[in-house]
Amino acid sequence: MWGAAPYPALVVDVTGTITESNTAARVLFQHAGPGTPLDGAVPAWLSRAHAALTRATGSGADGEVAHGTVGDRVYEAYPSGPDEHGRVVWWLADDTEHRLAAEALRLERERTEFLVEASNSLLSSLNLDRCTEVTARLAARHLADAALVITPAVHRRHPVVYCGPDGEPVRDDLAVDPAQVPGLAEALQGFPPMPSRWIDPAAAPAWVVREGFGAVGSMVVTSLPGHGVPAGALILLRRTEHAAFSEGEEVFARLFAGRAGAAMSAAGLYAEQTSITETLMRELLPPRVQEVDGVELAAGYRPSGEGERVGGDFYDVHPRSAEGEESLVVLGDVCGKGLEAAVLTGKIRTTLQALLPMAADHGRVLRLLNGTLLNGERTRFVTLVLTSVRRTGDGVELRLTSAGHPAPFVVRADRSVEPVPSKGTLIGVLDEIVTTTVTVTLAPGETCLLYTDGITEVMGGPLGDEMFGEARLREELEQCAGMPARALVERVQMLAAQWVGTGHHDDMAVVAISAPAGRKEPA
Amino acid sequence: MTVPSVVAPADVEACADRLFADAVEGAEHAAVDGVLAAYDAGVDAETLLLDVVARVQARVGAEWAGNRLTVAQEHTATAVNDRVVAALAHHPPNRAATAALPALGRVTVACVDGEWHALPARLLAEVLRLRGWHVDYLGAQVPTAHLISHVHRTGPAAVALSGSIPTRLPTAHAVITACQATGTAVLVGGAAFGPDGRFATLLGADAWAPDARAAAGVLAARPVPRPTPAPGLPHLGDQEYTMVARSSRQLVRETLHGLEERYPAMRAYTDRQRRHTAEDIAHIVDFLATALYVDDAELFTGFLGWTAGILAARNVPGRSLLPAVHVLAQRLRDFPRASALLEHGRNHLDESLPHP
Repeated sequence: MWGAAPYPALVVDVTGTITESNTAARVLFQHAGPGTPLDGAVPAWLSRAHAALTRATGSGADGEVAHGTVGDRVYEAYPSGPDEHGRVVWWLADDTEHRLAAEALRLERERTEFLVEASNSLLSSLNLDRCTEVTARLAARHLADAALVITPAVHRRHPVVYCGPDGEPVRDDLAVDPAQVPGLAEALQGFPPMPSRWIDPAAAPAWVVREGFGAVGSMVVTSLPGHGVPAGALILLRRTEHAAFSEGEEVFARLFAGRAGAAMSAAGLYAEQTSITETLMRELLPPRVQEVDGVELAAGYRPSGEGERVGGDFYDVHPRSAEGEESLVVLGDVCGKGLEAAVLTGKIRTTLQALLPMAADHGRVLRLLNGTLLNGERTRFVTLVLTSVRRTGDGVELRLTSAGHPAPFVVRADRSVEPVPSKGTLIGVLDEIVTTTVTVTLAPGETCLLYTDGITEVMGGPLGDEMFGEARLREELEQCAGMPARALVERVQMLAAQWVGTGHHDDMAVVAISAPAGRKEPA
Repeated sequence: MTVPSVVAPADVEACADRLFADAVEGAEHAAVDGVLAAYDAGVDAETLLLDVVARVQARVGAEWAGNRLTVAQEHTATAVNDRVVAALAHHPPNRAATAALPALGRVTVACVDGEWHALPARLLAEVLRLRGWHVDYLGAQVPTAHLISHVHRTGPAAVALSGSIPTRLPTAHAVITACQATGTAVLVGGAAFGPDGRFATLLGADAWAPDARAAAGVLAARPVPRPTPAPGLPHLGDQEYTMVARSSRQLVRETLHGLEERYPAMRAYTDRQRRHTAEDIAHIVDFLATALYVDDAELFTGFLGWTAGILAARNVPGRSLLPAVHVLAQRLRDFPRASALLEHGRNHLDESLPHP
């Protein structure tokens, strides 16, 4: 019965002689007839396994499964026995397909794992340099012995990241001609997509095959397709001792290149957009404020929006143009919030700058600004305070004009706090405006504080539902006599920040103008 | 001014004493001149930043806590110290020495969003510059969104995050994980993370440094630590933090009313007294929420003890905190973790303070 079994089977006795074999066994091993020594009739791995099993003491327990090749197939050999006469039956099963499948599965798992790792590393950053480095490093570690990522030229130099077998990416800007490498120029173009190109390593220039890499066995160029924009190209290099790229590997490299290219082009687009935003934003950001003509100045700004850097509050300092003249400090608040309001502050700041030559007459400046805003297409208005500043001996003389803006406070040395009584119409609503200019003198150590209503109208406090209010600000300022301008601004900003907690607030701007306290000479 | 040939520790100490006096007085020019003179006399910039300016700033904080400095003096001194740091950074010989260093790479230094103590971060930024780093110092009050877009734009080797106020720890957690999500390692430091840095570990920071020198050491060790996924905070599953944090202002109001019912004398408080009481309660609630977030009883008792000390220095008995803690505990009796924290804090305070 078992003679016709589809699996090869051999019965071997304790001396290592085949006592029986079935048809399938004799098809597989032509010399495995009964009476033949096992050694010589079957491959060495099987006779070794039998010898080992016979040597092992303790009968009854089945021995371990042996495996090895027969021709170009892989077999598993299952022993049963030895029986009471020391005979062992070896059953053989062709395991080739199973092993191939297992190997394919392992490879596939490894690749999936790699793609997941690659996607995680690549997608986490919007920084082009970092994405390029990650691409080169991953490619060198998983796909080849070395990898080179080249991106489109910036000012005729190609940013290149090379990662060798040491795993450390090296960055260069190279003035090279991609046409030196066959297929590279096309790959860099990105579109239409090109299949990967095999390159003759001998044709590769020195910037691709780096010193110390050794002899190149194979080399392939593949493009990094982005979101419709060319992100760059990837060159993979393998040493001679490693196998050349198989078709499967090449397809897999393209899969990786697709992910890397998408990440790189997203990072590239982000960098381009932020650079444009930076450039446009520069004019709208609050200016740096420092001492002018011996007068201490400090300012602070906090826009309302979480992610915003500009808003509808603004300030500016225009230092005097000549000895004896006044400097001009402006603080204001346009209607609206966010970028749109910021654009309007930019226009107002530019207009005021153009009106500087007539800054001696605040009323005239404000009337001209009013006219400009009224002629605009949309309804837009602004409240602001113009402050002309001049050093006089130890002190500072201020001329302030408020246009519908909360009254600035003067913090006196004797701890009293006075609002500046300048009242005037807001700008951009009425054809005719009224202004009054008030003169204030600051003695050494005294400060004038300009602020926007974002400070006083902020809701919060320990109970969460109270407005900070002018009265409270004034009370706090009474504790602030003698503070330098910078410290006072920080104090007010901190109070407002503490008051609002995690709640919502409007744009907040503060400017402090101080007459410096008497200069203490170093001992 | 005589130039000492050898810079002894005593000179550094004398320099710190002079700076303290000038800073508290708001004598900015004298303060700057004194520190620059010490630099020219051979004291190195890092010593001036950390053993003079930082030490003076710590003393300013301690003097304020002891009610020996007013809030105005504290702010003035901080502003002067800030100016001293800037002046030292721009001092031509120091600038030349820094420019000659081999470049180390780029790092970002920022404070946790909502933090207004900028000086520790500023000092770290300067120390790292002195070691050769290209530092982007973003300052205090940095919205997390800005920090992240900055990180994307500049791709720093690491973000160094400074936090002084413990109540910002939940925000710090958000900032740390957001930076790590960009593939950037985060080094944290500052009083908020605990004297042993335990909250740094808890919140999954890649590294913690007890001071600026140690932070520079961490960053110098190559490679800069790779980001690791942050561990979770399983205790947040009970929602007690969320509940207390979300209704914190409501809790303050209820506690204030509860106190007024229990202590009729409080009804005669002036607006100012009432506000101070409300502010004290608000702090208690904020620290309670933070202690729930990090699941750490010591953070809460430590806060109560510190506040009692501040009050005592101002001739207010520290025991005056007990009724508020008690009333708050009654409101939160259905929340086991919060109740345990309040109970523990109250007992600790009760035992550690002299009985009237």
